[in-house]
Amino acid sequence: MSSWLHIMILIPFIFAIVVPYIYKQLTPRIHTGWFVLFIPLVIFAYLLTYIPNISEGNTFTETVPWIPAYDINFITYMDGLSLILGLLISGIGTLVILYSIFYLSKHREALNNFYVYLLIFMGAMLGLVFSDNIFVLYVFWETTSISSFLLIAYWYEREKSRYGAQKSMLITIFGGLAMLAGFILLSMITDTYSIREMISNSTDISSHSLFIPGMILILIGAFTKSAQFPFSIWLPDAMEAPTPISAYLHSATMVKAGIYLVARMTPIFGGAAEWFWLVTGVGLITLLYGSVNAVRQTDLKALLAYSTISQLGLIMSLLGLGSASFYYGVGTDSSVYAMAIFAAIFHLVNHSTFKGCLFMVVGIIDHETGTRDIRRLGGLMHLMPISFTLTVIGSFAMAGLPPFNGFLSKEMFFTAVLNVSTMSVFNAETFGLAIPIIAWIASVFTFVYSMILVFKTFRGKNKPEKLGRVVHEAPIGMLLSPLILGSLVIIIFFFPNVLSHYLLKPAMHAVVPMLADAGELKIKVSAWHGWNTELFMTFGVIVLGTLLYIYLKKWYRLYHLYPDDFTLNSMYNLSLEKMESLSKFITERYMTGFIRDYLVYIFSFIILVVGGAIWLFDGFSFDPSNDAPANFFEVGLMTAMVITAITVLFSKTRLTSIVAVGALGFLVSFFFVLFRAPDLALTQLVVETVTTALFLLCFYHLPQLRKEKSRIQFKVVNAIISIGVGVVVTLIALSANGNRLFESISSFYENSYELAGAKNIVNSILVDFRGIDTMLEILVLCIAGLGVYTLIKIRLTGRDENEEAK
Amino acid sequence: MKKPNDVIIRSVTKVAVVIIFTFAINLFISGHHFPGGGFIGGLAFASGLILMFLTFDIETVRTYIPVDFKVMAAVGVLIAVLTGVGGMVLGAPFLSQSFGYFELPIFGKTELATAVIFDVGVALAVIGTSITIIMSIGDDR
Repeated sequence: MSSWLHIMILIPFIFAIVVPYIYKQLTPRIHTGWFVLFIPLVIFAYLLTYIPNISEGNTFTETVPWIPAYDINFITYMDGLSLILGLLISGIGTLVILYSIFYLSKHREALNNFYVYLLIFMGAMLGLVFSDNIFVLYVFWETTSISSFLLIAYWYEREKSRYGAQKSMLITIFGGLAMLAGFILLSMITDTYSIREMISNSTDISSHSLFIPGMILILIGAFTKSAQFPFSIWLPDAMEAPTPISAYLHSATMVKAGIYLVARMTPIFGGAAEWFWLVTGVGLITLLYGSVNAVRQTDLKALLAYSTISQLGLIMSLLGLGSASFYYGVGTDSSVYAMAIFAAIFHLVNHSTFKGCLFMVVGIIDHETGTRDIRRLGGLMHLMPISFTLTVIGSFAMAGLPPFNGFLSKEMFFTAVLNVSTMSVFNAETFGLAIPIIAWIASVFTFVYSMILVFKTFRGKNKPEKLGRVVHEAPIGMLLSPLILGSLVIIIFFFPNVLSHYLLKPAMHAVVPMLADAGELKIKVSAWHGWNTELFMTFGVIVLGTLLYIYLKKWYRLYHLYPDDFTLNSMYNLSLEKMESLSKFITERYMTGFIRDYLVYIFSFIILVVGGAIWLFDGFSFDPSNDAPANFFEVGLMTAMVITAITVLFSKTRLTSIVAVGALGFLVSFFFVLFRAPDLALTQLVVETVTTALFLLCFYHLPQLRKEKSRIQFKVVNAIISIGVGVVVTLIALSANGNRLFESISSFYENSYELAGAKNIVNSILVDFRGIDTMLEILVLCIAGLGVYTLIKIRLTGRDENEEAK
Repeated sequence: MKKPNDVIIRSVTKVAVVIIFTFAINLFISGHHFPGGGFIGGLAFASGLILMFLTFDIETVRTYIPVDFKVMAAVGVLIAVLTGVGGMVLGAPFLSQSFGYFELPIFGKTELATAVIFDVGVALAVIGTSITIIMSIGDDR
């Protein structure tokens, strides 16, 4: 049976259909956002009701059969991890929509598109975190890629938006496909499609030969989605999207999908050295890369984008560090490492609050001053006091300073890296000290860019001449959402254990079930944890970070030493260019524009492959013993068909050949009549009528057929190919008739009346037994129809413009 | 395009189109138990429309049948998909069809099957698509 959880996932999709109508009716009187707002709000409220149950360690599963024949069912599964993500998606979704109501003008913007994409995205995200079947998860995963493509390209008339959207789509879909392959491998190993079953069978899969390839493929998916190095390059370009989108997709939800996947898969892969090093290593590199690059950015949103990359790297590396606890099994050692998982989930929540807040404030600055360029901003502190306060809260949380929630999770991060440096498994002692050092350096840079964000924007001299407008504080509606997030940042700092008890612990329970079951998880977050190494590391970060910030001008030039041509971005652009020119080169070789050439290719291919197969495998067999004798009508029809076919060959005008081809089709339908297949005969008749009419319509516009003069070799080649194709097809027909490898399907459908209530077997096959084929066929038909329509219409308008230009 | 004098075809069309449409609807309805069905019914209907296009010009037909065939095709696909989803809401797998017998006022005991609704979608998609293609090609001046 379907459940409320399923309906919750479907609601955004259903409402996405309604939004354009609301928009049409009410624009420009009421902002469409007000109607959309209640959807995430209701979902959020609904998810809140699960908290008491989930915090007691319960989980919920509901199944809706989807393709039970292939064991693919829409199973929703709720535990602490999915609940936390669900709350973030709906909660931040609510705030983002509230913010967007004030951010996007109801007069100028195409709000219908915006909210439709946003709702599709929201539904896909919810589906992703709540589905248990890996293929259902994959479907939602790619839906988020596609909807985020649409959202990034929201201002599609800008070239940069299109570029960014394409980039994000190419990279995330590439990762998604790799992940699909990984899922298939994983399901081959574990013999199930359900994540929960995979986890429960995970004990002996690490010795399987497909274990490592499957792991790597799945990680590619997770890394591309979560913008891990080197796939991170799409995230800065995705900043071309409107700010509400950046806040939503690129801080709170979509980029967290990869984190979610890694956390979800940790019980399956955790404990393997490859998993540990890949996830930790990539996470640490991303952390360092993002934080170092964030400092050099001059665009506020780009700075935030790189900081997101770096923070995602931090969470990812924590998940990797925590996976070591699976190596130890149940015990004190493992619960020490499991704290890293806790820190990861904790930081995930914290990051969503402060980064969401920061993105919204940057959007406000952009909205009010008209620029996001740090070099033009400055001295806004007195003009925008609330925004300033919010930026301070968000940035200081990001830098890991008290009294903000980022401090708590950052201290736990330091604890985790310090623990690992003394670890004796996975050859950790070789790299032991490197991990805390990388983490510490990255934290210094994090501190520096957080300070840049606050002080370069709000302190210093106001430069009104560079802004060209009078700056004042944003309307309260726009400030509301960041205010809520900003206050959460502080509330979480003072009451971390409430959050920890109700949400983080159950989430951790989902990632490290064996520890939780053994009662080994005793977590208490406290702001003051004594004079320990972590605290001194933080002092070091503050001191060195402040020095680096003050002397920023002195060492900033170091960034210019790095050659521009060697960046990942230019490599991406280059590979795209090369791919285009290569495919153009290849395409130009065979796309000659003559149908005759294409037919030559197709037919030669058929002769080679099919004829070759018949010859190689000795596939030809001719057995006329079962054949019924041909009667008078059949012989007559056949003769007529041969004559019409020859007429096509030798006809001088196009009209004659069209009519002859049509006649050939009608004659085939007579055969169907003879063999008592009235359905086929009818279909054939109607199709033949319509296509002949269509042909005539098309050919009306073509010039007269000219007698073609071609060279003799040409004719010889054509003749060989056409005779070859004829021979091959005849051989296939004969041997297909001679070999009955499979049972006839007709007996299978004899009970069509009992099963489908239909006496017409053909139709019951079409609409009932193989309904999905038909459904997809008509879909393809529709797409083809729209394709023809748009091709012709676009060409028409293009021509009109040219004519006007003359 | 010059206007040919085609009184005969015009008069014949006026009668023939009605017959074709009736036949198409008959084909569609009989599809469950006898030869016919959504695909053929839709195509037959489309062929009637094509005859009208050939006889009268496209503009005239368009003013008398103000239907956006693109939308019709989309609606068709949507109906087909939704019948599939409908089964899911009731707890059956995607695209499960069912049937039953009901006493109806005029028809008496009649079999009603959800597959027919699916078939309506097929028919609409077929009509919509084929006419969209033909209209866009025919309109191509």
